[in-house]
Amino acid sequence: MASTAAAQPQLKKTGSTGFLSRLRGGDEVARLITLLFATSVLIVTALLITELWVSSGPSREKFGFSFLTSTTWNPVTDEFGAWPFLYGTIVTSVVALLISVPIGVGAAIYLAELAGGAWSDALTFLVELLASVPSVIYGLLAIFTIVPMMREFIGPALKTVFGSVPLVQDLVAGPVYGVGYLTASIVLAIMIFPYIISVSREALMAVPREQREAALALGATKWESTWQIVVPFARLGIIGSVFLGFARALGETMAVTMVIGNDNNIHASLLSPGNTIPAILASEFNEASGKLHPSALIELGLVLFLLTLILNGLARLLILVTTRKGSARA
Amino acid sequence: MTFRNAYRKAVNNVMLTLTGVCAVITVSTLFIILAYLVYNGGKSVNLDFFIKLPLGTGETGGGMANAIVGSGEIILFASLIGIPIGFFTGVYLSEWGGQGSVYSFVVRYMNDLLNGVPSIVIGIFAATVLVKPLHHFSAIAGGFALSLMLIPITAKNTEQFLSEVPRALREGSYALGATKWRTIASVVVPAARKGIMTGIILGVARISGESAPLLFTSFNNQVWSNGIQDPVASLPVMIYSHAISPYDDWHRQAWAAGLVLLVLVLIANIAARLILTRGSSPGRG
Repeated sequence: MASTAAAQPQLKKTGSTGFLSRLRGGDEVARLITLLFATSVLIVTALLITELWVSSGPSREKFGFSFLTSTTWNPVTDEFGAWPFLYGTIVTSVVALLISVPIGVGAAIYLAELAGGAWSDALTFLVELLASVPSVIYGLLAIFTIVPMMREFIGPALKTVFGSVPLVQDLVAGPVYGVGYLTASIVLAIMIFPYIISVSREALMAVPREQREAALALGATKWESTWQIVVPFARLGIIGSVFLGFARALGETMAVTMVIGNDNNIHASLLSPGNTIPAILASEFNEASGKLHPSALIELGLVLFLLTLILNGLARLLILVTTRKGSARA
Repeated sequence: MTFRNAYRKAVNNVMLTLTGVCAVITVSTLFIILAYLVYNGGKSVNLDFFIKLPLGTGETGGGMANAIVGSGEIILFASLIGIPIGFFTGVYLSEWGGQGSVYSFVVRYMNDLLNGVPSIVIGIFAATVLVKPLHHFSAIAGGFALSLMLIPITAKNTEQFLSEVPRALREGSYALGATKWRTIASVVVPAARKGIMTGIILGVARISGESAPLLFTSFNNQVWSNGIQDPVASLPVMIYSHAISPYDDWHRQAWAAGLVLLVLVLIANIAARLILTRGSSPGRG
C-alpha cells in the first residue's frame, strides 16, 4: 500500500501519461468501468428500437403503409388497421391541449409575472407535484368523478347548447355514456398541466427585465406589457411546452384506458367511446396470440414511439432556443 | 381618451385576475385529488389492508399485503439495475464525456430518447424480451421494465449535478496529487451528493406509481407469488384491476390503495425537495 502511494508522484514526475501509467493510477480502470455502463444505455436503447422494428415485421410486410389508414381491427380474421387508434390518440391529445394550454399558460403568466418569488416557487412546486401523481390514480378518480359528471351534466349540457348548431352538432351527437374521447381529454388536460406550466413559466422568466420595463415606461398596462411583449418574446418556449405536453398526452396509458370506453370504431362525436394506441395495447397485448396480432400491436407501439420521438425532439429544440436567447440577452 | 384608458385598465384587471383564476384551478387540483382519496379511501386504510390478502368477489374485507410486498420487490429489482447504470453513466458523461466527444453525444441522445419512450412501449419491449420467450410473467421482468425508466432519469440528473461542481474543487484535489478517479470519488461526487440523491428519490417515486409497464411483465396475482419467476401483484396494477371491476368492495380497496400510493409518492417528492433546498451545493444557489 505504502509503495504504490510512493510510486505515484514519481510516475507523475516522469510526465508519462501513457495508457499503462493511467491504468496504474486507476483512472483508466474507472473510465472503462463508467464507459461500460454508458455503453449499456446505448445498447439497451438500440435493442429496444430493433426489437420494435423486428417484432412488427410480419405486420409491416403484410399491410405496408395501409396499416396506418385502414379502419378494420379484427383479430379473428387477422385484419389490422391502426387508424381508429391513431385517430383516438390524436383527437384526445389535441382536445386535451385545447383545454390545457389556455389555462396552463394563464397560470404560468400568473406565476412568472404576478406572484412574488417565494409564493411563486411554492405554487409551482405544488403544480409540479401534480406530475408525480401516478396515472392510475388519475384513472381511478376519473372513473368515479368525471365519468358520472360527464354522463349526468356535461354531456347533456353540451348537447343542449351545441346540439342544433351546424357543423358542431356532429361533435356532440349520439348517446352519452360518460366514457369517451372528451372524458379522456379532460383527464389528459389535467395530467399535462404541470408540463405546460413549469416549462412556460421558465420561458417567461427568461425574458429580460428590460423588455417589461421598456413597455411599462411607454405607458403600457401590466397586461399589455405581458401579452404584447413578454409572451411573444417567450413564445418558442411556450410552444415547446405545448409539444412536451402533447408528447406526454400521446403516450399516456392507464388513465385513458380506464375512461376511453374501448370501442374500436371511429365516431365523430366527442361524447362517444373510442380507443387510443396505448389503451388498445394495454387491453389486448397479453391476450394476443398467433403471429399477426402481436406483431400488429407492436407496430402500433412503434408508431406511438415515433410520434413521441418527433414531438419530444421538437420540444427540446424549441426550449433550447428560447432559454439560450433569453440568457444571451439578459 | 379617458374612456380608452378606463377600458385598458379594465382589460388589465380582468385578464390579470383570470391568470390568477387559472393558477387557482391548477393548484387546487392537487388538493382536490388528495381530499377525494382521503374521503373515499381513508376509512379503508386499516391494519387489514396492510396484512391481509385480497378476497374473492362478493366477499367483504381483506387487504393488499401481497401487492405492497410485490411493489417493494419490483422496485427493489428496478433500483438494483437502474441506479448503478444510471449513476455511472452520469459520471461518465460528466467527467469523461466533454462537449466535443461524439460518443458521449450519442449516449446522451440515446438516454434522452429512452427517457421519452412511452411507458407502455417500455412494457412491450420488456415483455418481448423477458416474458414471451420464457412463457411466464415474472417480478424480474417487471423490475427490468421499470429500470428502463429509472436509468435515463438517474443518468441525466447525475450528469447535471456533477457538471455543476465548480472546477476549483477538482483543481484543488489535483493539486494535492490525487488522481482523477480519487478526485471524482472523494471530492466531486460527495459535493454533488444531495442533487444526486434527490434525483434518485424522484426517479424511484416516479417508477413506483407506474402500472403500464407492469401489465405485460409482472402482471398481477391475487395471492402471494411463489418467487421472482412468478407473476406478482403490485399496488398500481391492483388499483387498476380493482377500479375497473364492478364490485363495490373492490372499489373501496382501490381507493385505499390509491391513497397509500399517493401519500408515499408525495412524501418522497417532498423529502427530495427538502434535501435539495437544505444547504444545496454552491452551483445551485
